[in-house]
Amino acid sequence: MLGLGPADWQAIELTFRLCLYTTIILLILATPVAWWLANGRSAARVAVQAIVALPLVLPPTVLGFYLLIVLGPRGFVGGTLEAIGLHHLAFTFEGILVASVLYSMPFAVQPLTEAFKNLGRRPVEVASSLGAGLWDRFFTVILPLTRGGFVVAATLTFAHTVGEFGVILMLGGSIPGETKVLSVLIYDHAEAMNYEAAHRLSAMLLVFAFFTLFVVYSITRRFEVAKV
Amino acid sequence: MTLAVRACLDRVGFTLDVDIELPLEGVTSLFGRSGCGKTTLLRIIAGLEKVRGAEVLFGRQIWQQGRHFVPLHRRRIGLVFQEHSLLPHLSVHGNLLYGYKRTPKDLRRLHLREATDMLGIGDLLDRPIDQLSGGQRQRVSLGRALLTSPQLLLLDEPLAALDTQTKREIMPFLSRMASEAGVPIVLVTHAPDEVERLADRVVFMRDGRVDRSEPLRQALARPDSPLFADEGAASVLEGALGPANERGLRPFGSEGSRLWLLSGGTAPDGQTTRVRILARDVSLALDDPCRISIQNHLKVRVERVDKPRGGRCVVATRTADGQLLLSEVTPWAVDQLALQPGTAVYALIKSVALMS
Repeated sequence: MLGLGPADWQAIELTFRLCLYTTIILLILATPVAWWLANGRSAARVAVQAIVALPLVLPPTVLGFYLLIVLGPRGFVGGTLEAIGLHHLAFTFEGILVASVLYSMPFAVQPLTEAFKNLGRRPVEVASSLGAGLWDRFFTVILPLTRGGFVVAATLTFAHTVGEFGVILMLGGSIPGETKVLSVLIYDHAEAMNYEAAHRLSAMLLVFAFFTLFVVYSITRRFEVAKV
Repeated sequence: MTLAVRACLDRVGFTLDVDIELPLEGVTSLFGRSGCGKTTLLRIIAGLEKVRGAEVLFGRQIWQQGRHFVPLHRRRIGLVFQEHSLLPHLSVHGNLLYGYKRTPKDLRRLHLREATDMLGIGDLLDRPIDQLSGGQRQRVSLGRALLTSPQLLLLDEPLAALDTQTKREIMPFLSRMASEAGVPIVLVTHAPDEVERLADRVVFMRDGRVDRSEPLRQALARPDSPLFADEGAASVLEGALGPANERGLRPFGSEGSRLWLLSGGTAPDGQTTRVRILARDVSLALDDPCRISIQNHLKVRVERVDKPRGGRCVVATRTADGQLLLSEVTPWAVDQLALQPGTAVYALIKSVALMS
């Protein structure tokens, strides 16, 4: 189908799985962080904001390099895992999943922070005064009122993870079915002068990226209109 | 039963240092200029402001002390804010029931129908929030808070964002709620007329401190009361309202100190209400003038003549039923009429504002 070989399909499946897991994990992690950034009073907020935004400016190779050290067999995390009888994370799917989560963090945190800032504290205070506990408030007030922010965060996170390349190459190498995601595969195709295969996948990603951004911007617009 | 609050807060450009104990009955008003800390105090009571070292004791319940902190959603407090705070993704119905559904069944004292009747919002139930007027929104907020059957109701300038017309529309509901809901109310406001209309007790606040806390009667009897800062001295008379006569005037108060009110409002007959009378609207006469356009003449006795301030003297008098009525006259008039404690005079009241 579409002239794609089994290696291509394997990469597509792997990429999809990586992006899906990353998005789910990030939405869970980013929500409290974004809430704290939007509503907290602590002086540490600026520092956290900067750390979250780091992947936007750092070369992916830098992030990948440090992760390779930390998650590798002699790194703090990798070493600990080895010591308790598990495998270290370099060149594994779990490793690139950790990398993706860090790498796409700003794309989940920033839209959510924005949405929470727009929401303000008032609706939450109201819900508390009406007897709603933490989770109750989240599902009956925060989530319905910041739905747009969550959709944007999820879409951007997913799409940005699809576009990940440098970090994965550094940390994951190019192991089929484990770490060889689409972007890496395209690189491999091009390296092997297999331009036709590279072209097919690239065009697919181009369309996907456009479509994603189109959806995001139309949601953002609707969100703004609905707020007035 | 009292509400005791002790809190110290030191932020850039703002300090708060309070230690008060309020009786848990009727309406207590926290009164002061903006920035005096009254809203912060309210937020500490609510548990929205977690000030380290603060103590909040509600009757026998410890809401905050040391490390112990009861979050707002477990305090069973009704909160009404200044600006509209309805949940925009829910209808009026959804807003009203949000808290009701979360109140344990055995604690519910008020039900939807009673609340909507009391506040006159029965017709609005299916409306989305953005199709309500400012006054309707505040009434729905009040109803929503009441439907949680709270043990304390905190109102943070609930009328401040409304225009005069709408304020007048809401005020009766507020005072009705204060008398009927049977819940102690803490009302934050900077408007003397709201205090005079609704409060039983006033806590005067200034620069983050409590100046004094006293019953409204006492606050109104002090010539230098901060309540008089804007519009001058005013008195509040309490009495029952009777049915309108053929001219559309409603009698107020008991025989001997009866007033006729032009704007009868919607208060039912026989209900005890308050009227507010500005001292500058009250003239004094030694005889009862009959050929005069002013309709309300009360036979009163002078109790106190204050020293002149700004060319005016406040004369405190007692009505036949013992209520305080202030009049503002010139020192010249005081001399001319030889006003002194004990003098029997007629108070001519130019205008009376019905409050509920």
